[in-house]
Parts: sequence; structure tokens; C-alpha cells
Amino acid sequence: MTERRTPEPGSWLGIPPFPKAAKSALENAEQRKNLRHATGTIRAKRVARAAEVPDWEELRTAGAQIKDRVARHLEHYLLQAEAAMTAAGITVHWARDADDANRIVTEIAQAKGVDEVVKIKSMVTQEIDLNEHLEANGIAAWETDLAELIVQLGHDLPSHILVPAIHRNRSEVREIFTTEMGRYGTPAPEGISDNPAELTDAARTHLREKFLRAKMAVSGGNFIVAETGTLVVVESEGNGRMCLTLPETMVSIVGIEKIVPTLQDLEVFLKLLPRSSTGERMNPYTSFWTGVTPGDGPQDLHVVLLDNGRTNALADPHGRAALRCIRCSACLNICPVYERVGGHAYGSPYPGPIGAILGPQLRGMDNPNDRALPFASTLCGACNEVCPVRIPFTDILVHLRHKAVEYKTAKHPTGEQALMKGAGWLMADGSHLETAQQASQLAGKVLRGKWLGPLPIPIASRWLQARDVEAPPAQTFRQWWKDNHEGDQQ
Amino acid sequence: MNAREEVLRRVRRATADVTEDRPEVDVPVEWVYGRPLDTVDVLADFVEKVEDYKATVDRCAESGIGTTIVQALQRLGATSVVVPGGLPGEWTAAIGASGIQVYRDEPPLSHAQLNTIDAVVTTSAVAMADSGTIALDHSAGQGRRALSLLPDRHICVVRADQVVSDVPEGMTRLAPALRERRPVTWLSGGSATSDIELSRVEGVHGPRHLSVVLVEG
Repeated sequence: MTERRTPEPGSWLGIPPFPKAAKSALENAEQRKNLRHATGTIRAKRVARAAEVPDWEELRTAGAQIKDRVARHLEHYLLQAEAAMTAAGITVHWARDADDANRIVTEIAQAKGVDEVVKIKSMVTQEIDLNEHLEANGIAAWETDLAELIVQLGHDLPSHILVPAIHRNRSEVREIFTTEMGRYGTPAPEGISDNPAELTDAARTHLREKFLRAKMAVSGGNFIVAETGTLVVVESEGNGRMCLTLPETMVSIVGIEKIVPTLQDLEVFLKLLPRSSTGERMNPYTSFWTGVTPGDGPQDLHVVLLDNGRTNALADPHGRAALRCIRCSACLNICPVYERVGGHAYGSPYPGPIGAILGPQLRGMDNPNDRALPFASTLCGACNEVCPVRIPFTDILVHLRHKAVEYKTAKHPTGEQALMKGAGWLMADGSHLETAQQASQLAGKVLRGKWLGPLPIPIASRWLQARDVEAPPAQTFRQWWKDNHEGDQQ
Repeated sequence: MNAREEVLRRVRRATADVTEDRPEVDVPVEWVYGRPLDTVDVLADFVEKVEDYKATVDRCAESGIGTTIVQALQRLGATSVVVPGGLPGEWTAAIGASGIQVYRDEPPLSHAQLNTIDAVVTTSAVAMADSGTIALDHSAGQGRRALSLLPDRHICVVRADQVVSDVPEGMTRLAPALRERRPVTWLSGGSATSDIELSRVEGVHGPRHLSVVLVEG
């Protein structure tokens, strides 16, 4: 076995379904503290920046409508975008799944004879596990976003869409940089402190040599404009500009849902995204490119249009709205569940509310981890309120819970199902309910207002473990109505 | 079936419930595009927002541009500067006269050379006040993209009539350059990151210092 080129990352494979993973994540007090601090900070910034925009709610509506238009007419816009990009000199590839996309990127790298690529932070390359695929083919993929670098050098997994190293604090970052940087390039300076400015400076120096020697870059893409074939990348650090300007070859892997119809539509998203995402009026850098510019930037441009389950989500009229997502991460930052358990417990690169609705739709319900995700929520609905494209998270979560239960019961009937069947009979007819209530009145008379704690009743026992319940009333509402209001109806 | 046909077939099947063929009719977008904000003093708003990113703004008249550029370069401790083709000759002359070493990008400098030059001076295409954003379309005076990226200090000249109130107006002004397939770069302050504990650090890979020269009259 040959030696690895890049740090070996953590693995999603060993992570159990959400309820179990959440339990162990909750025991990590340091992570909980880091997350509380980070999400609290970003929430305050987002709300201030959204409040500055007088027509914020109208912008959100426009964002939702533009994205719905694209999803419902996706074939039209894909063909338009493909034609425009091709006319501008971009080679357009299509990928059904992760394997297709990984193979395309590998083949381009091999054709160019490169054994390393620099990367712009990209969710989609996390989704398809591109780095490990390239590593297996002897090609080193270097992450250049600061948080991605922390994750990569830390042999870690991303835990947030925007700030993948959100679970790490400054002293942990210092530790990672001191131990690992020197193994893969320019080491961190002797005696570096845990001051974020010093750590950032170390990353600048470490990556500068990689930028200058790189022959090929890989990116995702925030938007593709169908009418012109323009790609848009939104970033903060300038690592994106380095990657999309200096190398000779660049490959952008973009999900098929990332299209917007016209240039003018960008005005909506470029106002919504930075304010929702980092809580800034605008992110430091946004790059637009429309094919090859002679003498400026990469002279060989590729775009890989990726499905990888997106058409599954598209096929479900109730779940389709998840494809509006512009990956801002506002839903993660506001989510009380995410804030406490962190991103790893969701078992995929897409954590939080968006992960809970996107994951099971992209990957299907065959895996118990994916069936558990729609339940990783209290349905409090805070995500609905902050989402810049008005994704109805709680509606989709409830819809997916239904699908998860259907999946489970299709294989074998459960006690829950029998219970629901019983409840169905009970509620179907007033006389059925009356019969049952005679029994509950009797119980009420026996218990006389006593509260019920844990009881050894099948099914109910687990529920009662965490809750005390008032005893059933000795008189039913029906009885009370009969006694007090029977004559009123005439 | 190749991947392209397969993906398109899946897309068609997934959207079989959509019966209206015209996207604009099927999903109307209730948004009026390209609207300005009713900002009273657009220039003041622009200055405030740019300074909020910890970038510097110097306001000057047409006749004072050369001097203001030199002052900004000196303030940032730059001893060498690269100038793109199409930058007004009198600005370059003023920089040269101050003793700062001037490099021209003709013939194009290598990335390694650009990486050793302290600063770059460019003009700009459009500026958007509400978000403190400057757009370059990399036409004459603005240089290819690597020029405003590798040097650590960027002096950017913005004329008052290039400043619009907000992003929608800015997009309208930039659309022709994008349709001509020019690359476009938006700058809002210098490079920055919030990746460690979400505390903002100014200055990462792009120029760590942005200095704006705002020309009025």
C-alpha cells in the first residue's frame, strides 16, 4: 500500500442513527460550549443584517419563487445553461451520481497529468467524497478554505455547511496547525499563539505556495445563470479567487438545482445569501465568470452537472422545496437541536434542518440513519422563519416522517400501527368513544386526581418514563355537556 | 443511455406533474427588478459601509487623484506597485515620481512576480453603496484578475458617478459586461474570515488591505 498524500479524514460510516449519535454528542461539553458561542454570535448578526433591508420579506418570497420556477422547469433551464456554457467555451459534463462525477474529475486530472488539485470550499464535493476518490487515484486534493483546512488537517469531518470547523475552538485549531501543517507543506511558525489572527496568518503562508504551484482547481458553484452560462462563486477569504484565477484548468461540480434563469435574478440571491449566511451586508468576494477569457484565468474550464439524488427530491411535490436551498446555513444556526448536538450526529455533510430534509430525499430511506433524520427536530419551526428562500421545513419533516413510518410498516406491522388502528375505530363513531370513556371514567374514579408516573404498560411505559400524566377525569366532557347544556340546542 | 440523457429523463419524469409549459406563467415572480433604494446621500452611505469593513476611503477631486493614490500607497508601506494597462498615465507618473517602484503588466508578469509586488492600483466598474461593494469588470484600467489578487494592498479608484444605491441597480449596470463574457469580481472590503469561533479576522488570501479613492466632481 502506498502512503497517503493528504491527511486521512474521519468517517461518516461509523456514526449510528441520529438518536444514538445525538446522545453521545451531548456528552461532549466542550463542543456544546463552542457551538453555543458560535451559533449565538451568528444569529445576532443575521437578524441585524436582515432587519436593515426594508423589503426583506418580499426578497424571501422572490427567492422562493425564482427557485420554484427553476425546479418545475428544470429541463428547460438545464438545456439553456448547457448551451450558453458550451458557447462560452466551457466543457459541460453530466453526472448521474457521485461515481460519475468523481470519475470525470479524475479523468480530467489524469489527462492534464496533475497529481494535486487545490479546492474551493464546496458542499457538493463533500457530498460525493471527491477528496478520498482522488486520493485513491494518487491525486492530492488540498482544501483552501480556512475551516476546511482545519477539518482536513485535523483528520476530522465537517460539522456545519458554512463553517465546517465550528465545533473547534481556537486552542484546538492551534494544536492541529502545530502538529499537522509541517507534514503537508509550510509548517506553522514556532511558538504560534491561539489568536485567530495569527492562526489565519499561518494558513495564508501555508496555502500560498500551494496556490502558486497548482495546475488545476476544483470548485462547486453557488449559481449558474441559464441565459448567459455565467458561474458565480461567493466567498470570504480570497482562496476562491486564487483557485479560480491562478491554475490553468478548473473543474466546477454543480448540482442541477443551482441554476437561476437570468442575470437580473442574481440581485435577489446576492442580497439574501450573505445576510442570511455570515450576517454581513456582502461577503468579501464574489466571482462571476462566463467561459474562458484569453489571457486571464484558467484556459480550460469544465462544469459537471450533478444529479446524485436531486431528481428524487424533485419527483416529490411535497419535498421538492428542499431544492430551493442556497446553502446559507441560517437554519443550522437557529436550530435548538443543532446547537446542542452539533453537525456530526446527522451523519452526513449536510447537518441541521436542511440535512434532515435533504439527506433522506437525496439518498432515499433504505438506510436507518436516513430514516431517523426527519425525527431530528422538535418541529419548533424557527428554521421556517429564517430561511431566505422560505423552505417549509416543518411541513417537509412531517411529510418525511410519514414516509419513514410507511417504509417501516411496509416491511412488518408494528405495535404502533395496531394502536393507531384501534384509535381509528375509537374515533370513527361516537358510540365507540362513549364505550371506551366508561372505562376511563372508572379509572378516574379509582385514581381520584392522582398523577401517573412510570407504569409497566406496554408501549406507554417508554412515554411515561419522561412524563407525568394527570389521571383521567371522573366525568367526561360528554357527560358534563349532557348535565349542563342538554336543553340549549332547541 | 448516456449520463446526459439519463439525467434529463429523470428530470422530465420528476416534473411530469407540471402542465404549464411557460415558466413565467407557471410560477410568477412578484419582484420588481433593478429598483434603487431611496438613500438620501448615496456617496456617504458607500463610504460608511466600506469603512465598516475596515477598509479606508479617501475622497478627492479629479485633480488630486495621483497625490491621493501615492498617499494611500505610502500609508500602507508599499514600495512596489503593479499598474494595469489603461490606467491613466498621470497617475502612474505621480506614483513613479514618489519613488515607489512601478511594474507594468506588459508583457504579462508571472504569478510568482506578482506575488512579490506590494500593491496594485486599479479603476473600477460599478460601486454599490448599501453593501459597500465595488465591482471590477477587468476592462482597461482594472487589469486581469490575478493583478488585483496577488499583491497584498489594493488601491481602487471609484468615481462618484459609478456609485449606485444598491445591488439591484448594480446588477443592471453590470449586465452588459457579463453578457460580453467579461469576468466580474465584487469586492466588499479586504479578504476576511470568521472560521475560528466566528470571530472576524481581516486579511486572509486576497489583498489584506483595500484602500478606496473616491473621486468627486
